[in-house]
Amino acid sequence: MKALLDWLDSRTGIRRLTHEALFENIPGGARWRYVWGSALTFCLLVQFITGGFLWMAYSPGALTAWESVYYIQNEMAGGWFLRGLHHFTAQVMVVLLVLHLMQVVIDGAYKAPREVNFWFGLGLLQLTLAMALTGYLLPWDQKGYWATKVATNIAAVTPFFGEQIQRLIVGGADYGNLTLTRFFALHAGFLPAGIVLLVVGHIALFRRHGITAKKPLRRPDASFWPDQVLMDAVASLAVLCTVVFLTLAFGGAELSAPADPSEPYPAARPEWYFLFLFQFLKYFPGHTEVWGAIVIPAVAMLILAAMPVIGRWQLGHRFNLAFLAAIGVGAVLLTLQARRQDLADPAYLAAKAQAERDAHRVAELARAAGGIPVTGAVTLLREDPLTQGPRLFAQNCASCHRYGGHDGLGNPVPEPASAPDLKDFGSRAWLAGLLDPAKVDGPVYYGGTKFKEGKMAKFVKQKVAKYDDAKRTGLQKVIAAVSAEAQLPLQSAEDQRDAAILEEGRSLLRSDFSCTDCHAFRKPDEDATAPDLTGWGSREWIMGIISDPAHDRFYGKRNDRMPAFLATGQLDARSIGLLADWLRGDWYRAELADAR
Amino acid sequence: MVIGGLATLVPAVAGLLVWMDPLRRRGAGAETGFTRIAPLSALPSDGVPRKFTVLADRVDAWTKTPAAPVGAVYLRRTGERTVEALQTVCPHAGCFVDYRPEAKDFFCPCHNSTFTVDGAINDPKSPSPRPMDTLAVEVRGEEIWVRYQNFQAGQREKHAIS
Repeated sequence: MKALLDWLDSRTGIRRLTHEALFENIPGGARWRYVWGSALTFCLLVQFITGGFLWMAYSPGALTAWESVYYIQNEMAGGWFLRGLHHFTAQVMVVLLVLHLMQVVIDGAYKAPREVNFWFGLGLLQLTLAMALTGYLLPWDQKGYWATKVATNIAAVTPFFGEQIQRLIVGGADYGNLTLTRFFALHAGFLPAGIVLLVVGHIALFRRHGITAKKPLRRPDASFWPDQVLMDAVASLAVLCTVVFLTLAFGGAELSAPADPSEPYPAARPEWYFLFLFQFLKYFPGHTEVWGAIVIPAVAMLILAAMPVIGRWQLGHRFNLAFLAAIGVGAVLLTLQARRQDLADPAYLAAKAQAERDAHRVAELARAAGGIPVTGAVTLLREDPLTQGPRLFAQNCASCHRYGGHDGLGNPVPEPASAPDLKDFGSRAWLAGLLDPAKVDGPVYYGGTKFKEGKMAKFVKQKVAKYDDAKRTGLQKVIAAVSAEAQLPLQSAEDQRDAAILEEGRSLLRSDFSCTDCHAFRKPDEDATAPDLTGWGSREWIMGIISDPAHDRFYGKRNDRMPAFLATGQLDARSIGLLADWLRGDWYRAELADAR
Repeated sequence: MVIGGLATLVPAVAGLLVWMDPLRRRGAGAETGFTRIAPLSALPSDGVPRKFTVLADRVDAWTKTPAAPVGAVYLRRTGERTVEALQTVCPHAGCFVDYRPEAKDFFCPCHNSTFTVDGAINDPKSPSPRPMDTLAVEVRGEEIWVRYQNFQAGQREKHAIS
């Protein structure tokens, strides 16, 4: 062994190098306040390792980025943990950078002869933030897409060349493939290379000038090994524990729904450590934005960089301390204010909840399909009734109808409903409510419509109200029979079980209950004055009534205000189909699939 | 030194030239033609704006998606046969502007810019540097056609980038 080491030493001089590295003199001995630099170097190592392995499964491209991150996150063994480590180490790094900067400024370690090293450090700060910014986009999810869009638009307010700068960053006028390839090249190539160069320079200069000891020296000088090495190792371990804890506590890093330029994302916010800049911008009306976005941050960075020069004056060091404290306090206050405003904003909270539902849903659909179609994960959500139905309903139907009392998306609607509540439309329960004398002209059914005084309401209130028990039992069968016309997927087991009752119900509705006096059922009826009960509530029936409610098959001339959505072009057939599927509860359900 | 510098210059310049290629391209939606958006009957007569998705061929570097959603517009009836079209993208920083029916205004959820129903700046404290961007509209027969464009965000002047 010794012979081998001797040989290696004679060829490389490794012993002297190791000795130099380990026996660096530390005036006053090892101290905890010197650990930040080593902790940051450790973070960098973690990022290179985790980033390298993430790279092995990541594919930058508008149709593959989200998809590959989904695959890492949900399909690959331990992928979520690897991604979580990378994500949370980045967060911890930002905190450590701030602590390191504070320690350097407070201890006056930026002063001569260490100016250049201080600038190297500031360069590293910038590069790390650039890593954070570029990394945020790479999953190509709604969160990263919209936040980066805002960030690059802010770059465009740079005087003179703003537009060109933005175009070069984005790789064109639109966000897409080239944005991802460019961001990825920066994130995994150019920026890390810059960081490595600066770190090497930073450590070399640090060794050249030695540590800036905190006065007064408490103990005799000591060498780096073993005490400081131990402290640094403990600090690195603490960092790792924090990161692992955060990863486990949050279940890994978030992956929101795939980026969709046509789908607004009102919950777009930058990462928490940029929130103060985001909040700062709100205070710059109109064309003064360049001050908030470029000039003031640039001046602040320049003052930071000038600290070694300012520090030469008698009061300079105090000024530097006060300046750093002012920025720190300002950033904390702005961050808190941004959070407070968001948490008090119901629209933001609703958007956030919606984003989480979409994220969960798209993962569920991708898993169900056993893979993501070549058109990208975004089409999974665009074709999904559970995702699109509530949005379409809120936009097109909720000004009159309700869904379980809300607008479909869960938001309350201030005005009273002027058309029936369509939650569970087609089900036995919905129909039983319509045929309930206490409910038929109430707000959930005809209360807000002109049918409040119509024949059906009268029939229910005058005739059904007086039914005896036998007649009531018959009515249940009629309800079951009409509801079975809807062929609701969630009711199919009951419909199959009750086949005999349905048969009876179908004959009762023609005879004892005389539904066919007004409604057509199973055969053309030119005298029918009320909607056709054939296939009532089925996909085809619902699509028909949304397309043209004034068709003879539905309300004809008696139609009450409802527009013909297809003919007027308010909705296309595809959207109407999605709405019908959603109203019928006909969408992929993971819990049912699992049960099978 | 000089030789080394010159030698490194060649790959660096070659790389930079390719990197700067996006500067000489116009955006993917640069074809200045009009796109059919919706029939005129889809707009309510009371002048309330409605949002419509714009479907057009989307070319993203090397991929082309026919009839893909490339963005959205707000359309609003200003008369029997006249329509106003507004870009949904906020002129401030590019977020998606919401229409709030109860307040009858447009609201950007990112930095709280507000606009009146015709797109004008509502509040002098609005971070937006200009009103919402109007788009050219044509009513052809019973159909609304819009020239869909994106504009540079963050500037006082409205300036089309695609």
